[in-house]
Amino acid sequence: MINIYEVNETNKMIEQENLDVRTITMGISLLDCADSNLNTVNEKIYKKITTLAKDLVSTGEAISRDFGIPIVNKRISVTPIALVGASSCKTPEDFATIAKTLDKAAKEVGVNFIGGYSALVNKGMTMADKNLMLSIPQALAGTERVCSSVNVGSTKTGLDMDAIKLMGEIVKKTAEATRDNDSLGCAKLVVFCNAPDDNPFMAGAFHGVTETDAIINVGVSGPGVVKTALEKARGENFEVLCETIKKIAFKITRVGQLVAQEASSRLNIPFGIIDLSLAPTPAIGDSVAEILEEMGLERVGAPGTTAALAMLNDQVKKGGIMASSYVGGLSGAFIPVSEDQGMIDAVSMGALTLEKLEAMTCVCSVGLDMIAIPGDTPDTTIAGIIADEAAIGMINQKTTAVRVIPVIGKTVGDTVEFGGLLGHAPVMPVNRYSCEAFVTRGGRIPAPIHSFKN
Amino acid sequence: MSKVIITVVGKDTVGIIAKVCTCLAENHINILDISQTIVQEYFNMMMIVDMQNATSAFEEMSKSLDQIGREMGVTVKCQREEIFTKMHRI
Repeated sequence: MINIYEVNETNKMIEQENLDVRTITMGISLLDCADSNLNTVNEKIYKKITTLAKDLVSTGEAISRDFGIPIVNKRISVTPIALVGASSCKTPEDFATIAKTLDKAAKEVGVNFIGGYSALVNKGMTMADKNLMLSIPQALAGTERVCSSVNVGSTKTGLDMDAIKLMGEIVKKTAEATRDNDSLGCAKLVVFCNAPDDNPFMAGAFHGVTETDAIINVGVSGPGVVKTALEKARGENFEVLCETIKKIAFKITRVGQLVAQEASSRLNIPFGIIDLSLAPTPAIGDSVAEILEEMGLERVGAPGTTAALAMLNDQVKKGGIMASSYVGGLSGAFIPVSEDQGMIDAVSMGALTLEKLEAMTCVCSVGLDMIAIPGDTPDTTIAGIIADEAAIGMINQKTTAVRVIPVIGKTVGDTVEFGGLLGHAPVMPVNRYSCEAFVTRGGRIPAPIHSFKN
Repeated sequence: MSKVIITVVGKDTVGIIAKVCTCLAENHINILDISQTIVQEYFNMMMIVDMQNATSAFEEMSKSLDQIGREMGVTVKCQREEIFTKMHRI
């Protein structure tokens, strides 16, 4: 039988170390909502979402009460809208009406974000894909809860440089369209390479076309729990360090698995995957940076940071994978700047640069995340940043992403306040040399060779 | 499915256990195990109870125990057992 020490350990994790289930995300296929009439599409989408997800929030709250574990977010991901709206949307404005419908449906069922205003253009863009991408600034400025993502490359197809160039422009236009809110729209826009179909985390969640009609995916979290566990392993060797992380990752993931199964059975919707990511929040003691510093770095960004992160990421997976029947999504440590107090501090004191963050993305999920850059950064430079990150994903067969916020009217030295879980961020300097002649060449970067790995 | 863990944490006060137990008895909830310890001068009690024949639902129970806790200045939590067994047992 369970003893008092085990009960206390679990409750201490929840009460003092910020253990929570970060999100229950219901994936919903909207493929059957396609129609040649735009009004019909919007009606079908609204009806399907509000029918399937009507009990999502209340079920999440009930599970949270029963087990005494916070479930921070309840969210929805849908089929990439570029596919759903392909036959009815002839202009970017047409697509923007679907964004409004998604926003309305999200508000009706009470979820705080809905993801899937997306296009998958790894190898090329259809007219619909392009129209959706062109509509993103308008869609994100005109809605509150809609999140958008675009997949611009993959290991199997290479990189669509035309799409990357376009996304450089779209990120900037989104920043301008939401300039009154510190360019907040860009916090809801992710550019991916190798995007997973079953990611429960925003802003990059969408319901892949290979998925079933509806599914429950769960994202767990707990950087604070890992950090506290590591405090007890101070001065120990790497073997002890790894063991400690694995054990704690196992425990965290088991909670996620329990919540996922419970949600799946109560909502009568199949369970998809657990995402093992360590997702920080701006709360004190809920930071991935602090874990790395606990391992022995004076500040995150110091030499050794990439190695420490690589080890952390791998041990989290090794511990978590045994705790769940199905692991998927992004599964790794997130390193968003604005959402992690340790990262914010490191950037503010000059310990952590954009280039070091890029190196860190080679060994963890998911990429350059929630980074504020000067508002006058050229479109082509943003496209260059996206291309670099996508190339890392393509060559290393992993998911990478870019979520940068060119804050209009602000420059290096200023701070941006996004609020809530999105946190705040110092504007970081970007290399001022141009890559315009490179990113505007047009065409694709071919898929890499898959043998002769070196 | 019907096992629930009740924890009471706070400054030691006369009658905490009595009040909680009375509430459980009134609702036909059987206590399977009780243990207690003092952690950093705080009273720390855990009960494993069986709610199979309970006359009130989990949520109501949880609310009335929370109320008792508030009155006595301690924290009373009810959680279904699975969160602990999942975490601590393979």
